[in-house]
Amino acid sequence: MFGTELQLTLLLLIPGFGALVIAFVPSRKIHLLRGTSLFFTSITFLYSLLFFTHFDPGAETMQFVQKVPWLNVGVLHIHYHVGMDGISLFLVILTTFLMPLAILASWGIEKKVRPYMFFMLLLEVGMIGVFVSLDLILFYLFWETTLIPMYFLIGVWGGERRVYAAVKFFIYTMAGSLLMLAAILTLYFFNEAQNFDLVEITQRLSLNQIILPFPVELLLFLAFFLAFAIKVPLFPFHTWLPDAHVEAPTAASVILAGVLLKMGTYGLLRFCLPLFPRASAALAPAISLLAIVGIIYGALVALVQTDVKKLVAYSSVSHMGFVVLGIFAFNLQSIEGATFQMLSHGLSTGALFLLVGMLYDRRHTHLIQDFGGLAHVMPRLAALFMVIMLSSIGLPGLNGFVGEFLILQGTFLENAGRAAFAASGIVLSAIYMLWVYQRVFMGAVQNDQNRTLTDLNVRETVILVPIVLLVVWMGLYPGTFLRRMDTSVQKVVDRIEQVREPQIYRVEYRGH
Amino acid sequence: MDINYTAVLPEIILSLVGISIMLLTPFVPRERQTHLGYLALAGIVLAFFGVAMGWGQTDLAFFEMIFQDDFGQFCKIFFLFVSTVILLISMNYLEQEKLFQGEFFALLLFATVGMLFMATSADLIMTFVGLEVLSISTYVLAGFKERERKSSEAAWKYFLLGAFSTAFLLYGIAFVYGATGSTKYLQIAEAIQASPDYSLILLVGVGLMLVGFGFKVALAPFHAWTPDVYEGAPIPIMALLAVASKGAALLALARILYQVLPDLSQQWQAILWPSAVLTMAIGNIAALTQSNIKRMLAYSSIAHAGYLLVGLTAHNSLGTQGILFYLVAYALMTLGALTVVQIVGRREEQHTTIEDYNGLGYRYPFLGIALSVFLISLAGIPATAGFMGKLFVFSAAVQSQMYGLVVIALVTSAIGIYYYLRVIVSMYMGEFKKEEIPITISMPMRIILTLMVLGTLYLGILPGILLNLAEEAASF
Repeated sequence: MFGTELQLTLLLLIPGFGALVIAFVPSRKIHLLRGTSLFFTSITFLYSLLFFTHFDPGAETMQFVQKVPWLNVGVLHIHYHVGMDGISLFLVILTTFLMPLAILASWGIEKKVRPYMFFMLLLEVGMIGVFVSLDLILFYLFWETTLIPMYFLIGVWGGERRVYAAVKFFIYTMAGSLLMLAAILTLYFFNEAQNFDLVEITQRLSLNQIILPFPVELLLFLAFFLAFAIKVPLFPFHTWLPDAHVEAPTAASVILAGVLLKMGTYGLLRFCLPLFPRASAALAPAISLLAIVGIIYGALVALVQTDVKKLVAYSSVSHMGFVVLGIFAFNLQSIEGATFQMLSHGLSTGALFLLVGMLYDRRHTHLIQDFGGLAHVMPRLAALFMVIMLSSIGLPGLNGFVGEFLILQGTFLENAGRAAFAASGIVLSAIYMLWVYQRVFMGAVQNDQNRTLTDLNVRETVILVPIVLLVVWMGLYPGTFLRRMDTSVQKVVDRIEQVREPQIYRVEYRGH
Repeated sequence: MDINYTAVLPEIILSLVGISIMLLTPFVPRERQTHLGYLALAGIVLAFFGVAMGWGQTDLAFFEMIFQDDFGQFCKIFFLFVSTVILLISMNYLEQEKLFQGEFFALLLFATVGMLFMATSADLIMTFVGLEVLSISTYVLAGFKERERKSSEAAWKYFLLGAFSTAFLLYGIAFVYGATGSTKYLQIAEAIQASPDYSLILLVGVGLMLVGFGFKVALAPFHAWTPDVYEGAPIPIMALLAVASKGAALLALARILYQVLPDLSQQWQAILWPSAVLTMAIGNIAALTQSNIKRMLAYSSIAHAGYLLVGLTAHNSLGTQGILFYLVAYALMTLGALTVVQIVGRREEQHTTIEDYNGLGYRYPFLGIALSVFLISLAGIPATAGFMGKLFVFSAAVQSQMYGLVVIALVTSAIGIYYYLRVIVSMYMGEFKKEEIPITISMPMRIILTLMVLGTLYLGILPGILLNLAEEAASF
């Protein structure tokens, strides 16, 4: 199949077919259900690696493209149009990589396994679809498709306040995306070619074949931006996130933090910037301010949490602030840093949620005060937690450093003040992370219940080790990833440069 | 001036079958009277053939009273389809409630005849007659459980308010006749075009007609009867009112506005715009607090009338296609949801609060999945017919540059999601209560529900076929 037009569609079909198979496995055969899901998600992952190896880093256009008309009625022309570039490639692989791990982490789910696995696979289809869609309506379709499985995953398999969290999650994200739909339709009728083709619309916009008056551009930008900002979540739209994370089952948290949040920043990068460069440039200072507030606020709130899971959730708000900051600094380093940070954050926060989940499986609590001295009882878990924590803080040599460094460097070139404030977030992240590590793992074991805890078993080790390896790889040799992003990111930067006044102290920066 | 019977063949067939059911009823033993439903079903199937015989012909038939055109054919197929589903649900319902009365089916067929006339009428008098045939049948049907107070209350409320609204419509028709000298659609249109300075009489007439139709479509501010009547009426009749009666009035209105009054579009758009906003807002907001699922769906049907009105107000061909598509989608999901509500309601509709759905998804996975699909579609979430319908209707409004209306429509549909989700929440996340009466799902119900679920999903993923039909039908 590879090499044909269907290659990318197949990536969507494999988990889709998996979901279909799951629907026909008898619901009592729990092991078969788990095995089938693991099989299909693993196959999807292996298959997605082919895209990595076949990716041409120098290509200017979208790759692995398939475009067929889907709806051609009256004035509406909708295409099934999928493709990948250097930005979406890694997000797709991040999705397919985290998925089998999330399934493995769901071994603890014993009730209603069949719908659970079904929704996990459906979620994977939706997430991959979001990253590969090049038609606005198709994108919107996949974007909304991810909502339903996540809603059920939180609402049915979640913690005590699961229903509240699930509904809040749904309403928040849906409200944002409906305005995006209005913007998509408006954009459509401004486009005389009358299609929803992202590539074509971007091109026609940059050639001034579509003229968007500035107020219109501003409104359209805001409609898209709101949908994405809620998803990221950018301060002050983040309030759904802690609730959703705390109540979600471990695997759903991993996917939520690992992939779903990235859909927001991906959207900013893929839609907001190229489609509305003038509005993006005009609002960049304000958005950067929100991002910085988010970085510091998220970190400060994380600092005072008594619940480990909530702490990780708020640290997400802080880290995703960096990504938004990088995107709106509009240069190659900052945007590449932001894209890299999306991957890093996906891995490290995903892993943190996995680790917290493993602690929860043993002690059935998330409260920091219930732990203490766990390094004596669970040395392996403590060691892996340490690596992941350091990666999250941004220790040089691990993945977190690369992304944050590039973002700060790029932001500094754009505006030194922003970089200075944002950098304080890194210091704060070191404080809350090290402090929680100290309280959970260091010292003597205080609570007797903690003495008998067992260390990681084989399954849990298998889940964590690949992440740790990747964390180290990304930290030591980021070139593997950055090299493939260069061309695509440069295109976004060029698009913005087209409408911006040149700045005095912009340093020309050449790839790696 | 000729009659051209093929143009009214479906109506003739349905009327004859209806009359023969009326005549047969006294001779059939009471407990066998449900079997007369099969006769009605045969009548509807024959009527489908009747439509097929006139397919593709364009004519002004029956003494220039009836249009025979693509729009009309589309509407006829739609109403026959809706009637078929309602008939099948009714047979199940009557059996379950032990309401053995053959007249039910006759009235259902007469109501269908009324709808068909409304959608194809070429003369205001004909429209009025169609509306009355439909209305009188539904007044009786709404009160069909005459021993139950709620049902009688519903019938009376509906009858009194309905009579008022018909009077408004008739008064409006009289004014329009006074202003233009004709009741025939084409002649009125010509008269309006000939004298572009519209007299006040004409505008008053149009306004009064809008009131009459607004009542039937349940547009705000003429919607107040809807929740009470829907709640009191038997569930299949609620479906008839919410889908068929509403659809017939809307399509008749669409024909009048587009075909007779296109020159007055600025005026009627100015009236419909605020009405659409009100309808969507009231429907969605009032539905939030309902604890009875019938009332919730009643308010939801008001909200959906508002979305349809958005497409109507847009006044372009995409809008017309959108309305036709949306009506089919709306019919699928509303009929589907009400079928589930009827099955879950059991004997005498005892279980119609949302709490009664707690844990239903696990106890009866089939009903759970079906109702979830219908509700997700009603909420307008992608990959369902409801989303596609909204997409087309709202695109039409964007095309006519009614951005404000679209934003309000989107915001209100975001509000709407909450109450649809509430039912799903209780089905899958609520605590299961011990139930006294088990739910039984008969085979025909199972098949209908499966078909409607598949239809909802199919139209959500591949709406092309229906949309192409709607495109042909949308060219008057």
